Amino acid sequence: MNMIGAIEEGFKRDVGEFNIGDTIKVFVKVVEGDKERIQPFQGVVISRKGSGTRETFMVRKVSFGVGVERIFPVCSPNIDRVEIIKKGDVRRAKLYYLRGKKGKSAKIKEKEIISE
Amino acid sequence: MTGILGRKLGMTQVFDESGKMWPVTVVEAGPCCVIQVKTKEKDGYEAVKVGFFEIKKEKKVNKPLKGIFKKAGLNAYKILKEFPMGDLKVGEMITVEKFQKGDVISATGISKGKGFQGVIKRHNYAGGPASHGSMFYRAPGSIGASSYPSRVWKNKGMPGHMGSERVTVKNLKIIDVKADRNLLLILGAVPGSKGTFLEIRKGV
Repeated sequence: MNMIGAIEEGFKRDVGEFNIGDTIKVFVKVVEGDKERIQPFQGVVISRKGSGTRETFMVRKVSFGVGVERIFPVCSPNIDRVEIIKKGDVRRAKLYYLRGKKGKSAKIKEKEIISE
Repeated sequence: MTGILGRKLGMTQVFDESGKMWPVTVVEAGPCCVIQVKTKEKDGYEAVKVGFFEIKKEKKVNKPLKGIFKKAGLNAYKILKEFPMGDLKVGEMITVEKFQKGDVISATGISKGKGFQGVIKRHNYAGGPASHGSMFYRAPGSIGASSYPSRVWKNKGMPGHMGSERVTVKNLKIIDVKADRNLLLILGAVPGSKGTFLEIRKGV
């Protein structure tokens, strides 16, 4: 009955689980002329917002001393895949405080994986 | 010209083949039944009267309308509108298949009611400064000088009732047509709230 839900269902996709504070590598499809190639973007996930097909996540990296942030829709067909490099241990849902920090203070503690 | 009647279901966002995201309004359009065909000889102009949104309960149809539907041998419909279309017979169905991806359309409907509004919201007046001792905030200001025109011009923008009126939005594009579910995905916003009945016309 819910037609809008049915339309959104068609765009849903699974890019794997990752959380705020994780260092991830997003493989983005880039079209140049008539060729398509894959460009990686590696950084820290500093926010996730929205729900359903509207959900987006923000990845921050420091490139040649300049902070770069990219927002990706979770369901975007332009994302080829997402790889988790490191699991981060953070206490906040939004890591906007990283923007004002440099060097060692901008580092995120790595999550210790407790083995059973 | 091609026209169809529909019902606004709400908005969402979709991705196209290149991965671009578009904001779309989902409209349940048709199937619309042709109730009457008007001809140049009989009525002086050519048009078809179409019906949309079937009425299930017989007692909800009034007597004059019941006669019209009975004479045509059709089910009763809630919304009746005329479109200048040709080559159709009584009882034929108009579906979303008449529309294609990329078509430019216009959508007409009753806009959301805003109630009694001031001039800033209703007529885009600028208003006054909020601070620095200002005592003039959202008032309309002078509505006419004393020597000339010595009266208020006709159509001067004043506070009053806003919204709940017939609005047409032109130059809308169809992003997708879902014929199996009678849905049109229209780029951007259309008038009214969810459930508003819309007239959709091809071309501007």
